Amino acid sequence: MSLTTKPSTTRQANRTPNPGRPKQSLRDKYGDRVFNIAATAVLLLSILAVVYPLYFIVIASVSDPNAVYEGKVWLFPSGVTTEGYERIFADSRIWNGLGNTLLYTILGTAISVTTILCAAYALSRKDMPGRKILMLLFVITMFFDGGLITKYLVVRDLGMLDTIWAVVLPGAVGVWNLIIARSFFEHTIPNELREAAQMDGATDFKFFFNMVLPLSKPLIMLMIMVHVVAHWNSFFDALIFLNDDTKYPLQLVLRNILIQSDVSSTGTTGGDIESYAAAQRIAELTKYAMIVVSSLPLMIALPFMQKHFTKGAMIGAVK
Amino acid sequence: MSRTMPAKRGRPSAAPVPQLPQRKISASLRLRRIFRAWQLYVLLAPALVYILVFKYWPMYGVQIAFKNYNPVDGFTDSPWVGLDHFVRFVNSYQFGQVVGNTLWIAVLGLLVAFPIPIILALLVNQLQSERFKKFTQTVLYSPAFISTVVVVGIMFVILSPRSGLVNNAIQLAGGDPIFFMGSAEWFRPVYVISDVWQNAGFSMIVYLAALAAIDPALHDAAKVDGASKLQRIRHIDLPGIMPVVTILFILAIGNLLNVGFEKALLMQTPLNLSTSEIIQTYVYHAGLQQAQFSYSAAIGLFNSLLNLALLLVFNTIARRANQATLW
Repeated sequence: MSLTTKPSTTRQANRTPNPGRPKQSLRDKYGDRVFNIAATAVLLLSILAVVYPLYFIVIASVSDPNAVYEGKVWLFPSGVTTEGYERIFADSRIWNGLGNTLLYTILGTAISVTTILCAAYALSRKDMPGRKILMLLFVITMFFDGGLITKYLVVRDLGMLDTIWAVVLPGAVGVWNLIIARSFFEHTIPNELREAAQMDGATDFKFFFNMVLPLSKPLIMLMIMVHVVAHWNSFFDALIFLNDDTKYPLQLVLRNILIQSDVSSTGTTGGDIESYAAAQRIAELTKYAMIVVSSLPLMIALPFMQKHFTKGAMIGAVK
Repeated sequence: MSRTMPAKRGRPSAAPVPQLPQRKISASLRLRRIFRAWQLYVLLAPALVYILVFKYWPMYGVQIAFKNYNPVDGFTDSPWVGLDHFVRFVNSYQFGQVVGNTLWIAVLGLLVAFPIPIILALLVNQLQSERFKKFTQTVLYSPAFISTVVVVGIMFVILSPRSGLVNNAIQLAGGDPIFFMGSAEWFRPVYVISDVWQNAGFSMIVYLAALAAIDPALHDAAKVDGASKLQRIRHIDLPGIMPVVTILFILAIGNLLNVGFEKALLMQTPLNLSTSEIIQTYVYHAGLQQAQFSYSAAIGLFNSLLNLALLLVFNTIARRANQATLW
């Protein structure tokens, strides 16, 4: 009985404005409330700052370009048009870039994930002689690298310029990912399991492929996602290693259209200022639509990926 | 019976042959251990070949910074010229500007972009509603999945002087439109703000993970003692995540002169070059666009060494201050 009544009395004591300690705690409660309101306000503003530009891009991409130009589009699209999207889907550069990106993403992810998982497992094995020195070889490259120019020259000497290999190989193994994978193996694969498997005659290969990998699905998912996102979004290796624009990935095509934009690509050849300005507005409209189309796949996949990325951050933090 | 076999295999050479010299045994034992682990080396091999070819070979090639590289002689046989390229860079009229621009962006980025994720994480961590917490996280970190190209593309359309959102707002408020992407003085603010916009949410996740690892009993005890939320943040949360903060800070220092190179390159227009040309974009222009391989390799090396020095200095400072360190 006394146990159940006790909390209610303390709550009452807090509520009654006595002098002394309860007052103190009341003031703190007031301070906490102010803090809560301020924190929520700051976070809501941050959310707005992140979301509004993206929202604006989306509504601008379906609005009449003249309305956007005149600053009439703020909260809702006006004079809905799909011309921007139609132009994109009619643009062979985009389709070609998308195809290349898919190819580079699939091949690059497959190479990276396989290489990293195998190496990380080997490096996680405390009984592998030379493990520390080998690990050091990898870690050193995090703090010092040969730089852009020598990397370019090496890729050129390998005869990889203008080939798919120049896009998928030079950045294939990130040491940071390797470390994450290694600490995952160290923490989730118990030594006893391996000893038991070895007693039953399993070789390292067998153990790795039949036991370790099936136990490492979260890690494999994380690695796949990290690399898919990285390949989908990368442009720089393609910029320096590829000359042939039929091999450009989507991001490089986007860069050429969005940033190095040339009005000439919209098809007008000089003449009167009015049509020039109109062409320019259509070009802007196309840009909005292009931003939406190129970011949409990852944004849709984001809620699905979030869980894995958060887990990845945890593994990284543990390390 | 077969179960005891492998367990025995590791030991017998050590135990029953004591009359042989100790060293010989350990050498042969080591060889046997290495041989027995051959499958592990096979697993490691592709990654090892990768870093040898794509990391250590370029590192070996860094010697061209002290040579006059020509493709016929390659890295090894090109003639030595000593420090000529470094001297030329230091004496060039771009030196002060390029190094200055790099430090400006780096320091500004560090001062502004480093603390914000920490603050956000502390605030999000205090939210009571789990659902709002999750929602905030997801929204804030979604821009990290937008490519640099698209983020810069968004800047170009939103900040456009003719039809951009921001300039429409400025004009609505009675101001004159600003050509953000084409002015040297706007490059740095735009660069840093967009960096925060894109990456703060993602960086926040690591701190949130660290905050989640703090023992809730500490908070409960502090609550009993009447500590306010601010006090608890100041005395429990901040000290709790300090090791992570220190390590990420050192890593940020170590990458100080490398970050954001791609974005700076994308944001460059002929009109803002006087503030947007940083060491790395200069290397790209001089090296890959004008094919001055040795000269630009020297500048790249200068950048790497500066970075490494910063990393070592700050790691030492952290160790002196008894904070977490990288090694």
